[in-house]
Amino acid sequence: MQSRSLPYLLLLPATLFLLVFFVYPFTLVAWQAFATDEGELTTKYFTKMVSHWKFDKALTYTLLLALVVVPIQLALSLLMASFVSNMKRGRDIILYIWTIPLGISDLAAGLIWLAIFEQTGFLNSILYSTGVIEQPITFLSYQNKGVIFLAVVLAEIWRATAIMLVILVAGIGLIPKEYYEAAQVYGANTWQRFTKITLPLLKPSLQTALILRVILAFEVFAVVAALGGTNLPVLMGEVYNRQFVLQDSHTAAAFAMLILIISIISTVFFMWSLRTPKGASL
Amino acid sequence: MAEIQIKQVAKRFGKFDALHSIDLTIADEEFLVLLGASGCGKTTLLRIIAGLETATSGEVHIGGKRVDHLPPKDRGIAMVFQNYAVFPHLTVFENIAFGLRMAKMDQAEVDKRVKRTAGLMHIEQLLERYSGQLSGGQRQRVAVARALATEPDVILMDEPLSNLDALLRMEMRAELKGILAESNTTTVYVTHDQVEAMSMADRIAIMQGGHIIQAAAPVEVYRNPAAHFVGSFIGNPPMNFLPAKKVDDGVWSVAGATINGPHSSKNELNFAIRPEDLTLDHNGPLQAKVALIEPLGSHVLASCNIENNLFRVVLDSDTSISSGDILGLQPLSDRVRWFDPETELAV
Amino acid sequence: MSTAPNMVVGQSRAARWAFNGSVIILCLWVLVPIYLLLSNALSSPSAVTAFPKSIVPSFDTESVEFFLFFNGVGKALWSSVQVAFLTMVMSILIGAPAGYALSRFDFRGKNLFRILVLMTRAFPLPLLALPMAIMFIKVGLDDTVFGLAIVHTTLALPFAVLITFSLFSGIPIELEEAAWTLGCNRFQAFMKVIFPLVLPGIAASAIFAFVVSWNEVFAAAVLTIEHRTLPAFLLQSLDDAPLHLKFAGGAVLVLPALIFIFFVRKYLFAMWGIANR
Repeated sequence: MQSRSLPYLLLLPATLFLLVFFVYPFTLVAWQAFATDEGELTTKYFTKMVSHWKFDKALTYTLLLALVVVPIQLALSLLMASFVSNMKRGRDIILYIWTIPLGISDLAAGLIWLAIFEQTGFLNSILYSTGVIEQPITFLSYQNKGVIFLAVVLAEIWRATAIMLVILVAGIGLIPKEYYEAAQVYGANTWQRFTKITLPLLKPSLQTALILRVILAFEVFAVVAALGGTNLPVLMGEVYNRQFVLQDSHTAAAFAMLILIISIISTVFFMWSLRTPKGASL
Repeated sequence: MAEIQIKQVAKRFGKFDALHSIDLTIADEEFLVLLGASGCGKTTLLRIIAGLETATSGEVHIGGKRVDHLPPKDRGIAMVFQNYAVFPHLTVFENIAFGLRMAKMDQAEVDKRVKRTAGLMHIEQLLERYSGQLSGGQRQRVAVARALATEPDVILMDEPLSNLDALLRMEMRAELKGILAESNTTTVYVTHDQVEAMSMADRIAIMQGGHIIQAAAPVEVYRNPAAHFVGSFIGNPPMNFLPAKKVDDGVWSVAGATINGPHSSKNELNFAIRPEDLTLDHNGPLQAKVALIEPLGSHVLASCNIENNLFRVVLDSDTSISSGDILGLQPLSDRVRWFDPETELAV
Repeated sequence: MSTAPNMVVGQSRAARWAFNGSVIILCLWVLVPIYLLLSNALSSPSAVTAFPKSIVPSFDTESVEFFLFFNGVGKALWSSVQVAFLTMVMSILIGAPAGYALSRFDFRGKNLFRILVLMTRAFPLPLLALPMAIMFIKVGLDDTVFGLAIVHTTLALPFAVLITFSLFSGIPIELEEAAWTLGCNRFQAFMKVIFPLVLPGIAASAIFAFVVSWNEVFAAAVLTIEHRTLPAFLLQSLDDAPLHLKFAGGAVLVLPALIFIFFVRKYLFAMWGIANR
């Protein structure tokens, strides 16, 4: 029973919505970044963005953060996903616990780790009570950029590993048991089964997980704001600054375009490097 | 009156022709089986009759009424699906009652019909269960009961037994045939299993590559296959084929023997005979070298070699032969068939 | 759904200890920080700023009370609820039909639509808040609950479409076809057969949309002033608010999400993981 127009009718609301509230605003951002209020095309906002003293730091910290956090999360989530797929009893509860961070706002995550790292926080309290230090350390001061960075890394790993975990758990669940059994019969040990069966068959999920996570990493904002304030500049923070505080929406748009460009580059990279030849996937 | 007429129905999916101009008339209350291998178009044809697919061209008439632009619910059909499609969120009772409720039947009538059809299918004790609590065979019975309850003019069945194990399949075959014979419906039944087809059909329509190759009663299809394909598809083991060269008009040379055959302008034909239509005869025209012996209990199946052609013979279960023996075979002359090697049709 | 065979089969007690130990450590890793936040929230303001902090909370509701009665918080909470609710309703109403169409039909433009949806996930959506701010000013939607809900719906819509797509795809079309042969038209078949079966999943994805909106910070901060949502409120008060306020606020942010996710966890794993492929 085929109805020609029905699918299009069903898609219409979503398509219209996305066109008006995604495609159109996106072109506006691009326009804001490349044109003045009077409508002339210009690169002056990009120049302005790049020549600001905070720019190098924002770009470096954003990229560095992604570079440090994502591989650790990848390894951790693979480990956790493997654990989960080996559990029988308690799998449900454990999986719930491990995916709790999915429901936690990045701002709340920042506040949670603030409670640990700040001057009267739990880390200091434990170190003091066990006699390791005699006075609370100001971990998050502007002089300790490295410590702030570390705190953000920890907070991000804590918060966002679950995003990759859920995708990988689903991906592993799709791999039929028989493949492992066959590998076992032909002599593969646990590690070999992981590298030769699990990982290759997990490629599509890995691809999705990495693309998603890296894009989110470039958008890191609230966690840094909670832990470092203005001491650790990141790209998204600069967007917020320009738009809301400095009321300079053009340069904000320039920053936005930059984030978009590096997102696209990384997406293309993962799509290319983790592609599977036709017919070679599950 | 539920005669089904299919007139020049063709179906194309993109560049692929699933059906090429099918013409078929199914008589009222006839049990017609659409038989063929996967991809031959039998399920597509069934779905076009049902209204689940629209033909690219051609017409479908049910009970004298043209239906090809009508949705399934207006065609007076009921359908049993291969995977049963029993609604998981409804009890067995409500499943069977579904079509009746849609027809706004009153509760008393619904009760009567559901209980009757459930009784027919031997599932009265399952009426309050859900499909998740049923075995495959039980679910299949629910699916059939659901279709029967609506007392349709036409019942369409898409390989309903193929997901059952062999023993259950055999039992259900007999049951279904009995029930459908009594129910005064026209049945169109799709299967790839030729045993099912032979056992249940009034007529078998054999399909290949989107064409109906032959539509006739089972015995006719068995004895007089209209094409090479039919001979090799029907019958287990299938028909034997040997190349034949013309010696003289009406006289053919088959594997070195001279056999009388049809008068034809062609110089080459295919000689065909079923494995059970041969007798052991030292002086028989065909000399076959035994390659493999399979003692199957009810008979012995000997796979032999005649001039490098595979040739199977069904022998009495007491026959004692060994691999390597040379058997002399006499074909029963009224069972010999001939096929044109180019057109593949019977001569 | 098959899982990998027990990879520690035949391995030593030591291996199993290591396995169980790691699992417990990872659980603690997740739970302890949350506990610490909640502990702070349940402590009196003086306990929060005291040093050294005790691990056990002083079980004082003063911080939470202070927070709830702090100027603007009640309003912020209410705004958050409104925005999240609107987001939930809109993303399902718009997304579910699209998910159904994608799962049941083959039509031209299908791939194009799928690419459009995928693109929305490749794009840092919070950035949309910038031009939306301008758009909304022109239409009078700036600083409104509805305006922010629209941005959040853009965030949640791709998930709604993909999740409902995988939901509907999981229901064999044979069930609908059977209903059609039993007297249903398309709509009746949907309501009587499909809808009851997908309802739990749709509810779960609705709740997920709610949580996404509830947690969103950036767009909320950019787009709302008078009608700030809770995350926006907290963000803007980061610099000057006292510690106990921040922590109490964090707890209020976290708890509803925790509870909601608990109820929908079964569906989330099935849907989210598949939908992301």
